[in-house]
Formats: sequence, structure tokens, C-alpha cells
Amino acid sequence: MRVLFKTDYNQDIKFAKHGGYVFWYALLLVAVFLAPVALDTYWVNELTRVLIYALAGLGLMVVTGFTGQVSLGHAAFMAIGAYTHAFLLTQGVPFVFSLPIAALTSGIVGLMIAIPASRMTGLYLTIASLAFAIVVEDLIIHWESVTGGNRGMAVDPPALFGYEIYAAWEYYYIVLVLLIISIALVLNILRSPLGRAMLAIRDSEISAQSLGIRLARTKVLAFFLSAIITGLAGGLFAHFIQFLSPETFGILLSIQLLLMIVVGGLGTVHGAIFGAFLIGLLEASISILKDWLPPAIGTQPGLEPGLFGLILVLFIIFEPEGVYGRWVKLRTFLESFPFYRRNTFKRQRSYLKTERMR
Amino acid sequence: MSFFEIENLSLSFGGVKAVDDASFSMDEGEVFTIVGPNGAGKSTIFNMISSFYAPSHGAIRFKGADITAARADEIARIGIARTFQNIELFEHSTVLQNLLIGREIHNRVPVLRQLIFDPGMRRAELAHRRKVEDVIDFLELAHYRDERIANLPYGVRKKIELGRALCVEPELLLLDEPASGLNPEETEDMGFWIDDIKNDLGISVLMIEHDMSLVNEVSDRVIALNNGRVIASGSAQEVQNHPDVVAAYLGGAA
Ligand SMILES: Nc1ncnc2c1ncn2[C@@H]1O[C@H](COP(=O)(O)OP(=O)(O)OP(=O)(O)O)[C@@H](O)[C@H]1O
Ligand SMILES: [Mg+2]
Repeated sequence: MRVLFKTDYNQDIKFAKHGGYVFWYALLLVAVFLAPVALDTYWVNELTRVLIYALAGLGLMVVTGFTGQVSLGHAAFMAIGAYTHAFLLTQGVPFVFSLPIAALTSGIVGLMIAIPASRMTGLYLTIASLAFAIVVEDLIIHWESVTGGNRGMAVDPPALFGYEIYAAWEYYYIVLVLLIISIALVLNILRSPLGRAMLAIRDSEISAQSLGIRLARTKVLAFFLSAIITGLAGGLFAHFIQFLSPETFGILLSIQLLLMIVVGGLGTVHGAIFGAFLIGLLEASISILKDWLPPAIGTQPGLEPGLFGLILVLFIIFEPEGVYGRWVKLRTFLESFPFYRRNTFKRQRSYLKTERMR
Repeated sequence: MSFFEIENLSLSFGGVKAVDDASFSMDEGEVFTIVGPNGAGKSTIFNMISSFYAPSHGAIRFKGADITAARADEIARIGIARTFQNIELFEHSTVLQNLLIGREIHNRVPVLRQLIFDPGMRRAELAHRRKVEDVIDFLELAHYRDERIANLPYGVRKKIELGRALCVEPELLLLDEPASGLNPEETEDMGFWIDDIKNDLGISVLMIEHDMSLVNEVSDRVIALNNGRVIASGSAQEVQNHPDVVAAYLGGAA
């Protein structure tokens, strides 16, 4: 069992709480930076996809995992990021400007919908977010001069200061660095007043208010940050898929993002990353499964959403703390063996509190 | 001008007059207690002070200013903190995080600086941490500092909720049944802390409580409420012996 002796309050502010963390995360960093050396192009691409999902999931985590506002419309922020970025590129705006403008555009849209949405709670907010996503999808279909409508839109390859990027490994590094920066910024928020206010609102709006936390402001800021991050992921995704069409960013993607953070573990940064890897694996398995199943079932259009929905429900019922939560339990069990109390984590079920009585 | 007062406060839920033309005023440095049977309207008065409910009639005044129309999130800034009858802690956070949230009103930094977490930001965080540690020492919570609330027993949670309200550094502290659910020893400790809060920290206390031993021990003044009306006021003894109060507790009409 590890006992931490605290000598300095800084210890609680640091990202890495003790030497073990430093070692394992350094190892992980080395591994992700060396991955393209060891893997072939196919796997580098797959890994890039997972990192983009992780970034989008991180964005959703801010609003849903930390602030407790369940959004079923986050694919729309990816769409706004992707289309804005792709459009700006066709207008000759360089990649290094276009990508942040796209992320910020998504953020501003997030801000605008958050202002009315911050008055809603629980299910109403979720339905509103769904409606928002449908409106955005419609807009993309009908705004043909910018988005190409149903015909879709090709995305120019990224170029950094005149140097065009074609190789998978080069793009992988761009995505990786942006993901790491985003994680660091989110972790900073979490150790600051805003992050604590978000967690407070998630658990008890009334006591948060009685302590002086401004509910609407906190929710709006959470939406803003969330939409920026998810919009950034959308911009990166645009290059990854190289061709944008409205159905790419439909309700299925929103469900997938939600599934990711629930399966990974709500309320933690780890959860978003874990979830992205698991969803990546799941997608790969489903495509293998499809070949293997009799065609009558395998080619059903509802197969993927059905499976995603089922897994989401099972996790909410049986493992509300997600895979990361399961891992924390396992680690606690190993560290405290043989003194583990069966009910150490007992009262922590029911995470997704969407409706609350005063 | 009194330190804190409510004047002719009324509020109905549907047909039920939860609070009916209630008035009282308390002085700075007092422990002022509201007693009364279940459903008398005590918590409803607190919820109006917190601006969770708007009274249909009457006014709430703090240090001469009318705060009846203040927003719920302004009350802490005005100098009033509270605890809840059914503990309202942030269940999935640690004790330390809960107490740090109590520093919210003193810790307002531009979001951009929070994102970057510059050295000045770190210094501010450390300063607030020291304030929180003072409260941890005061209530002897050091042992639980890094525990998640969900893992803690009821009595400890009550203490943490009190601690969180103290982190606000209020001038007036509202305690809604601080001793409910506590065993006799814990109740006795609560009495000592309330005394210390008044005498050492100089915070005035407005308390709702059913436990008469605690009421007798700490209260400077007591009022009794029944059916939303103030039916008696005075010392703890006077109120307890008042015939209307006895009748109210026995279930008769007051
Ligand atoms: N939100 C609400 N909606 C409807 N009725 C309410 C609400 N809050 C309180 N009431 C009613 O108002 C009356 C007073 O309730 P209140 O909670 O203030 O009582 P109390 O004096 O705090 O009682 P207790 O000692 O049981 O806590 C009760 O009849 C209660 O049912
Ligand atoms: Mg009550």
C-alpha cells in the first residue's frame, strides 16, 4: 500500500502525484512518440483516428463528464470544425490559421446555443442538443455554396508553412501534439476554480449556487471550451477522412462520442482517452464481425447504432464508472491487499444524474 | 438597524401557507435558533434567505441592505453561507476539493489564466489552500482530506458541510439542523464548534434545530415557528415553556 507523505501543498496541484506517475506517463509518452517508427501506415492511420476521437471525446467530457450536462449533439461541433476548416482552406487560408479559426467558430456556436441551453436541465438539455445537431446537419445539406450539400466536399491536404503533408506519420504527430496540448489545458482547468465549479454543478446545483458559483456562466464556459476542443477534433478529422459529407456527422457519431466517454469513464480525462481506444477496437471488431456474420444480419444498416446503444445502456447500468473506474478499483484492490473493503466504492453508482429534485 | 432581519415574510406552495407573515431580527455575534415541529416552515425560511424561493410578501435585510431580490449566487458574496438539512456535498469529489469550492467567491481569476495556470495563479491556489487547511485543523478533518465524500459516514459529512460553509468566511452562517443524525458525542462536539464559531471566528449563527440539549447549550435567543407563524420568542427556556409551543409540539392547534 502506498502512503503519501505530503510535505508541500504543491503536491496536490501537480499533474503527477508521485514518482510512479512520472515513470508510467513518461513511458507512455515515449511509446506514443515512437509508435510511427514501429507501425506500418495502416496502423499509424488507425492510431491517428483514435487520437482524433480522444480529442473529440475530451471536448464532450468537459460538458458531460465534468459539468453533468448530457449532450447528444456533439457531432455537430465536429461538423462545424470540419466544414469551417475545409472551407477556409479552399479560400487559401493557411492551415495554421484555418484550424484555430475553425475551432473558435465551433466554440462561438457552442457559446450561442449554451446561453439558452444553460437554463435547461437534464433531459430537456439533451433533447435540445439533439435538435441542434439536426439543424446543423440540415444546414450543411442546404448551404451548398459552402459545403457542397449532399454532393460533399473534398478536403485539401494539410500544409505547414508551404510544406504539404501527405505521409500518415507526419499527420499523426500533428494530431498527437495538439491532443497533448489540449489535455494539458483541460487538466489546468480541472485544478482551477472553473474546473471545481463544473464538478460542483454536476453534483449539486443548489449547493454550488449557495457557495457563489454562477450556474449559467459556468455552464456556458463549459460549453464554449467543449465546443472548441470538439471543433478542433473536427478540423483534424476533415483531413483524416479527406472528403466531407453531411451523413458523416450524424446522430450516430454523437452517440459514439457519448458511448466513448461513458465506456471510458465519466468525469476523468483518462476516461476520454481509454474510451477512444476502446471504440477504435470496437469499430475494428464490428467490421470483422460483419464479414463473419450471415449477410442477412451482417448487412443490416442498424447493426452499428444498435450495438453502440446496447453497450451504452449496459455500461450505464452495470459499470457507471466506466473502464477507467474499473481499473481504479482493481488498482486499489491490489495496493491495499489484503485490506480491501468490499464496499469502498459502494455508494458511487448512479453517475449520470440528469434530473434532480431540490 | 439590526444585523439581520426578516419582515412579514410569506410564501405558499399551492394552498399550503409554508411561511405566514413571519418576522424576526437578530444581532451581530448572536446564535439565534429557530425551533418548531416538522413542516413548520423553518427550512423554507432558509431557502428564501438563500434566494432559492422568492417570498410572495415581505423583505429580508442584511446589515441594512434589502437582499430579498438578490440572485442565489450573490448571497455568499453578500456574506451569508449555509448548510442543508439533507447534506448537499459534492459526492464525487474529495473532501479537499469540496472545501476548496467553498473559496469560490474569494478566488475569481480570468479563465485564460486558469487555462495557462501561470505562477501567479499557482500562488493564489496555494493561498486558498492554506485557508482551507485552517478550517481542516479547526474541525479536525485532516484524516479525511483526500477521501471521496461518497466513502464517508454521515457524521463526518455533516462536519465537512460545516467546514465548506466556513471556507466562505461568511459573516452570517445558516445551519439547518446541524445535529440531526448525529450521535450524542457528535452532537456535543457540534455544540463546542458552534460556540467557537461565534466566539473565536466572530461569525453570527442562525440555526434551525430540533435537539433541545444543543439548543439550550448554544442559543442566545430562540423563536418557535408553527404553521409558518412565529408563536414565541425569548430565551431557550422561555420558548420551551411557552404554552403555545407545548401545544404545537403536542399536535394541537396553536
Ligand atoms: N418545494 C416545495 N414544494 C411544495 N411544498 C413545499 C416545498 N417545500 C416545502 N414545502 C411545504 O412547506 C411546508 C414547510 O416545509 P419546511 O421544509 O419549511 O418545514 P420545516 O420546518 O423545515 O420542517 P422539518 O423540521 O421537517 O425540516 C411543509 O408543509 C412542506 O410540505
Ligand atoms: Mg427543515
